[in-house]
Parts: sequence; C-alpha cells; structure tokens
Amino acid sequence: MPRLLPYLLLLPATAFLCVFFLYPFVLVAMESVTREGSYSLDNFQRMVSHWKFGTAMRNTLLLAAVVVPVQLALSLAMASVVTKLSTGRSTLLYIFAIPLGISDLAAGLIWLAIFEQTGFLNSALYGLGVIEQPVLFLSYQNPMVIFAAIALAEIWRATAIMMVILVAGMGLIPKEYGEAAEVFGATAWQRFRKVTLPMLKPSLQTALILRVILAFEVFAVVIALGGTNFPVLMEETFQWQFTLQDRGVAAAYAMVILGISVAFTILILRLLHVPKGARV
Amino acid sequence: MSGNRNRSLGAALAAVTTIYSAGVLAEPLFWSTQANPIEETQAMREQVLSGFEGGVDYQSSELGPWLTRLQAEAGAGSGTIAVLGGLHGHFSGLEDNLADLGDIDSSAVKSALLELGTLGTAEQKYIPWMQATYIMAANKKALEFLPDGAELNALTYDQFVDWMKAMAEATGGPKFGFPAGPKGLKHRFFQGYLIPSYTGSMVTKFRSEEAAAAWEKFRELWQFTSPASPNYSFMQEQLVSEEVWVAWDHTARLADAFNERPDDFVAFAPPAGPAGRAFMPVVAGVAVPTTAPDMDASKALVAYMLKPETQIATLRATNFFPVVDVALPDDMPASVRLSGEAIAAATAASDAMPALLPVGLGDLGGQFNQVYIDTFERIILAGQDIPAVLDQQGDALAAIVEQAAAPCWAPDEPSDGPCPVD
Amino acid sequence: MTTATDTVSVTRDEVRSASKWLFVAGVVMLCIWVLLPIYFLMINALSSPEEVTSFPKRMFPSFDLASVTFFFKFQGVLRALWNSVQVASLTMILAIGLGAPAGYALSRFDFRGKEAFRFLVIMTRAFPLPLLALPLAIMFIRTGLDDTILGLALVHATLALPFAVLITFSLFSGIPVELEEAAWTLGCTRIQAFYKVILPLALPGIAASAVFAFVISWNEVFAAAVLTIQNRTLTAFLLQSLDVSPLPLKFAGGAMLVLPALIFIFAVRKYLFAMWGIANR
Repeated sequence: MPRLLPYLLLLPATAFLCVFFLYPFVLVAMESVTREGSYSLDNFQRMVSHWKFGTAMRNTLLLAAVVVPVQLALSLAMASVVTKLSTGRSTLLYIFAIPLGISDLAAGLIWLAIFEQTGFLNSALYGLGVIEQPVLFLSYQNPMVIFAAIALAEIWRATAIMMVILVAGMGLIPKEYGEAAEVFGATAWQRFRKVTLPMLKPSLQTALILRVILAFEVFAVVIALGGTNFPVLMEETFQWQFTLQDRGVAAAYAMVILGISVAFTILILRLLHVPKGARV
Repeated sequence: MSGNRNRSLGAALAAVTTIYSAGVLAEPLFWSTQANPIEETQAMREQVLSGFEGGVDYQSSELGPWLTRLQAEAGAGSGTIAVLGGLHGHFSGLEDNLADLGDIDSSAVKSALLELGTLGTAEQKYIPWMQATYIMAANKKALEFLPDGAELNALTYDQFVDWMKAMAEATGGPKFGFPAGPKGLKHRFFQGYLIPSYTGSMVTKFRSEEAAAAWEKFRELWQFTSPASPNYSFMQEQLVSEEVWVAWDHTARLADAFNERPDDFVAFAPPAGPAGRAFMPVVAGVAVPTTAPDMDASKALVAYMLKPETQIATLRATNFFPVVDVALPDDMPASVRLSGEAIAAATAASDAMPALLPVGLGDLGGQFNQVYIDTFERIILAGQDIPAVLDQQGDALAAIVEQAAAPCWAPDEPSDGPCPVD
Repeated sequence: MTTATDTVSVTRDEVRSASKWLFVAGVVMLCIWVLLPIYFLMINALSSPEEVTSFPKRMFPSFDLASVTFFFKFQGVLRALWNSVQVASLTMILAIGLGAPAGYALSRFDFRGKEAFRFLVIMTRAFPLPLLALPLAIMFIRTGLDDTILGLALVHATLALPFAVLITFSLFSGIPVELEEAAWTLGCTRIQAFYKVILPLALPGIAASAVFAFVISWNEVFAAAVLTIQNRTLTAFLLQSLDVSPLPLKFAGGAMLVLPALIFIFAVRKYLFAMWGIANR
C-alpha cells in the first residue's frame, strides 16, 4: 500500500495533464517538425534564419536576467518585512500582493500611462519645473530607456508572485531558530543568511522556477511599452501563428521557449538542491 | 493518444457540463474582427443588428482568437459561428472554409469590390460589408506652417516633407505621427501610398530606382516624425493628446479625434508622388463558414447587412462607409463629414491612382505585408542601405507572389502568370 | 541593519530607534512603489475623458464617473462577471484538488517517475497557451465541452495546476515529517494525521495556490476568447477590446477588471500566514 500511495496521489493530476496538456502539446510539437506533410526541420531553419530571431532571443534572455534577480531580492525583502511585523501584517501583505491581481495587459496599460509623452512621469517632472517640455521617453532611439521601462513594469507586476510563495514558506520556519541565533549574538543579517535562507530553500526554488518560466513568456507589457522596438520570443510566436499564418514556425518558437524554460529549471534545481530529509 | 479514450472521457465530462450550459436558444453568432473597440461593439449590437429578426449574437475579438476559433470549428467539422466579419486580408487563406455566397443578391455592391470577395477563386467567398480608406489629419495649429503656395488637398510628398520640417523646426520637435506600432497599419502606407505614388506599382517595381527614391523621401520625412511612432497604433489618440499634430491613418482610426474636437482638426487627401496620388481602399466583408449551423439563417443575416438602413447604421457605429449607394442623412457625425470630404478630394483628384488590396495570396497575405514591414524596419529603423535592402526584400516578395501564383492587381499591369518583381 | 554594528559611539536605544526608522522608511517606500501605479490607474479611471487625454495630467481624480458608468450599462457585463466568478472558483477547486495531493506525494515519497512528473508539470507552464488553444478547441467542440464554464475552467486549471503542485510541494517539504510520525505514534491514522497536523500547517500554501488559481483564471484572455461564446468571461468580454478602445475607457475597464481580483486577494490574505511558526508568538 505505501508503495502505491504516491502513484495514487499523482494519478488525478497526471491524467488531467495528459488530456488537457500533453495531448494538445504533442500535436503542436508534431507541427513544429512537419512541413507540407513530411518531417523536416525546415520550420526551425526558417525561424533561425529570420532576422528578428536573434534579437528576440537576446531581448528575452536579457530581460529575464535583469528582472528576475531584482525580483528575487525585492520579494525576499518584502516577505521578510511582512513576517517580521506584529501589527498591520496582513494589511501590508495585502498591499504588496496587489499587483498579483493585475493582468499583464492591464499592467502594460498602467505603465504606458506613466511613461508616454503626455503621461504621469512627464506631468510630474513638468509640475516640479524640472522640464519645460514633455520628454519623449519611449523613443526607438533610446532602446535603453525602453528596456528600463519594460523592466520596471515587469518588476512591479510580477514580484508579488514570488513574494506570496516566500511568505507562505517563511511561515513554516520555527521562530525558535531565529531566537536561538539571536541569543548567540547573531545580527539580523546573519540570522537571515544562516537561518532563514537555508530553511527557505524549497520555497525559493519554487518561486524562482515559476518566475523564470513566466519571464520567458513575457509579452503584453513588452508590446505596450516597446511597441515593435523590442521583439521578444512570445511576440514572434504570436506574429507567426496569427499574422503570418505559419503555424509550423510558430510551433518551433514555442518549442524554443519550452526548451530554454526547461534548461533554466534544471539549472535552478541544481543550484538550489533541496537534500532529502532537509525537513528540519 | 487514443482519440477514442479522449472522446469517451470528454463525453462523460460533457454530461456534467449540461447543467452549466443551460440551453438558451442560440441567436446566430456573428464572429467578427471588426468594431472591436468596446463602444463600437455596443453600437453594432444596439443600432445595427437589433433590427434583425430573432436577434444576433455579435462577438468581436482580436485576430488570434478569431482565427483559432474558426480553425477549430473547421477542424472539428462542426461549429457555432453563423457569420464571419473581417477585413479582406483576414479572409485570405481561409478560402477552403468559406461557403459560396453567389446566390445572395449583391447586385447593389460595386463590381470591383465584389471581385475582391472572390479571393481569386471562382466562388463568392465573402460579400463586401463596409469600406474605408486612409487619409491625413492635421491639427489646425499645424496649418500656419504650410509652405507658401501649397494647397492642403493637392500636396506633393516634397511639399509635405517641407511642411513637417518647418513645423518641427518652429515648434522644437517632430510633429508628424505615423502608426508604426504593433497594431498600426504602416504596411498599407507603403503598399498603397508611398511606393505606388513614386513607381505607379505595388509589386513589379518594388526594387526600382523610383522605389529607392520613395524610401529616400520617407527617410527624410522620418526625421520630422515622432520617434515614439513605433508605439503608435491608432493615431486619433496622439492627435487628441497633441503629441503629434499631423498624421496619416485609417479613417476609422482617426474618427474619435474628429468627433471629439471637430473644430480643431482638418482632414485632407494624402500627398502625391511623381507617378500620381495613390490611395488604397479598405474593404471589410461578411462570410459564412462551411460549418455554419443554419446556412439559411446565415445567408439571411448576410443579406441584412447589405440593406441601406443597415449600411447607414454601420457607418454610424464603426466609421466604415457603405458599399452600396445610399443617400446619407444630414445628421451624421463630424468624422463622416470631415473624412468624407478628404476621401472625395483624394479619389476625384486628376492624378488619383487606386491601389487595390492584394488578391489571390491565400495564407501568404500576412507574409506579403511582412515584406513591406521588414523593409521599413530595416531601412528606416535600422538605417540599412536602401538598394541592398530592396534587393533582398524584393527576392522575398517575388518568392511569395510566385508561391501563391498570384497575378498582378492594380496599379500593376495585369499579368498572365504570377506578378513579376523586376 | 548595518547600524547595528556601529554600537561604539551610540547608545543601544539610539541604534534601535535609528534602525526602526530605517525599517519604517523602507516599508513606506515599498508601499509607495506598489501603490503609486494603481493610484494612477484610479485617477484615469475616475476622471473625465478630456482630463485623461490632457497634459499635464492631474494628480488627483476629479471623480467623473462617465467612463466607469459606461461599463455598467454595457449589455451583459453582469452575466460575464458571474461567469468569471464561476470559472475562477471551479479553477481553484480543480487546481487545489488535483495539485495538493500531487504536491504532498512529491514531498513525502521517493518513487520512480517522480522527476518525470515534475517535468510534466513545469512543461505545462512553459509552453505558450495560445498555440495549445487550437487543438483544445477542436477537442472541446467534438466533446461538447465547448462554450461551457467547466470547459474553460479545465483549461485554466491546466495553467494553475503547476502553481498548486509546486507551491504545495515546497510547503509540505518544509513541514517536518517527524510531526506526522508523532501523530501516528499517538494513534492517528495517516489520513487523520494529515487532516489534523499537516493540513493546518499547509494552509498558507493552499491559500497561495488558491490566490494564483483565481488570479490566473480571472486574467486569462486568450482561451476565454476562443472557448466561450455565450458564456463569455468578463476578461474576454472587456479586456481584448480595451486595447483598441479610446483611452478613457481603457482605464475605466482596466480598473473594473482589477477590482474583483483585489477583493478576492483581500478576502484570503490572512490565510497566507502560517498558524504555526511566526504565528505562535
């Protein structure tokens, strides 16, 4: 019985994913290696040889490389603050969690309203007398500004995902550990590094994996702020699937997104290995 | 994956779901990419389709879900969509999934438009539903910078660029806006305005010296174009916020500006090049998928869309003009009056040159547009060498036209085989 | 925090008040960072159309409700809202019901196929949904799941399941297995031990999974737009047309979509804290 138990517990989820994910996935995956009825890597060839592929790949990775570490630090800070408080804790958690409720489309809308030429940032600077004329931030001539705007919007939008997971995980760290460390004279920073972080590993791992995967699928915010200036992989997937009506190449893009997601997941699993019996 | 197992599982699930999908007697589903802005959707339902007996379920969505749903119904072999609404280009490539509408009386529609609806096949795949075109709009503040002797409705590209230059220099920043954003219709400007105005051709002379001169001119104009343009999709927004003072766009995408502040804006005909004053129509059509649940109801709805009252109501709702001859009432919105005058000025000009929508490209229509977009991004945004880019993109263009075996369309001379790219 | 090391020249109390001051300032900064963009959204949603397009922008809303009321008059909004609530609730139930047992199994047992399962879960989230929508829609049309609340909830549950599995996994992993064993030795069955000891501890993780499931379902547009016709969700109903709608309506619609999700998060926020650990002061 105990040997079968894990399988029984996994069965419903597995069956579910087989029907609603694996089956359509296999069909799309087949499409990526099929061209005009026969197997070929032509779709991948087309994808790679298109002049936007390299840029889209580079942009996607670069954005993730900038955004995810900042989010990790920020979400750890937020989660620590929330768990540390004794009063107003749930209010603060709620405030920090607010961006969670905002879809990426709506987030793009909000941040465009901030950065556009007649937007809030220009209004504020103008009101303070810093500028005499509204500045054009999102110009194709300033790719760095566009990048920064997208990164800020992504950091704002998606940090809460990690924060909530970390808050839930921090709750399971027995307070006595921290108190014991304090008795021995550990500073707050030392307690955080030597007690909280190691104990938080399982949650950190989960938060990072989910965040990194979602970072590779970034789309709506990029479109809103970057227009066509900042191609990313997901944008190209949409483009090939719907505008260019070439499902094979779109499927190839999707396989690439899947591939880099899996590669980074393995990397995170390696780096944040949770040893067996690490349960305290 | 065994299809059978999925099916029986699905059937079991479906049994559960019947409690949720309490059966409302379905109104015919009008599945459309048009009238997508929320107010227009509302107006389509309340003002245009409310007169159809039994009611219509009008649903507007973006191209992605629209196409996916349509393909899924075709793939499953049964569907709920009764009538499809979309632009000419949206139907391109769907020929196999569309029923022949040849038995609907569409004699009131101009034959040139009807011809587009065949999509290059022998059947009437869609029936024109409404039309529009692209015009220029300017804030009245811009008019004082017009070059001496220039007439607003008879500008040349040279004069236009001089105007934008004078304005940019006088106001301290570029004031021309161009819809080069992800949803902007930039490719239509190159296909139907810039290139034909200089070459008298859309395809054949794609990489001619005249075409290079056209791109040269556009590069000059780009200096006086707002650098935020790659973010712009609907120029009415930037016109109203006065981020730009002059813009080229689709009449329906300028309408809000005209309607909100009719006294502050003027509409005028697009400029002319050495070969003429090219302009491009926009045609939206209605079609019926072969999987429609009730073919007669679908065809009745298509016929309803052509009635003069419906056409006028559609104009009010969407800012797209009728495809049949109707007498417009006097109380039309300001956008109709303003853009109507500009359209008349463009089409009636002595050097007017209609550039038609691509026909016969099938599912390569998107890739055809992409050639023009890529050319723009490479020459203008990336600053690459014009002849070299035109040469490479010309190869891509030739390959697409050849693969589709599409003969030339206006303004190119008719061809026997696939339209050549010299 | 670095001030804690400079105890030489300042008294302990001063250090405490300084670091407390720093802490409060940090919290305030974080709150502003999170709330300011929401505030801007609200300004635009609650201002008149002319104000939304004007420059410079106002920094306070004028409480012009024209744009917001437009939506309430919009045909079918309430029904779409109700559909969204149903889909999101079903998604939540499915995601937790399927995901939590799987998360528990991953954390407590070693068995063959464990890695394969984890990869299946991660792949689910890493593959772009819009491409899966076509084969799924074909399957749904054939089986009659098309245009049903359940059908859409099944798709949304697929998106939410990885969150539920991985979060509950990490939470269960953080709960000492000794606690469970102690309960067994005290005469609990495995099931009793789970209910009485583990579940209360795992509540934050389950609450977090619920939040994610709800929010994912609430904000998902693409599948909703393809798979629902008569039973449109609010997001499919509003959001996909917002993009091309006039600016004032964009913001009013955006604000309207955000509100229910915020109410939901507010309702479950306190379950995100463990009842043990930090809670047992």
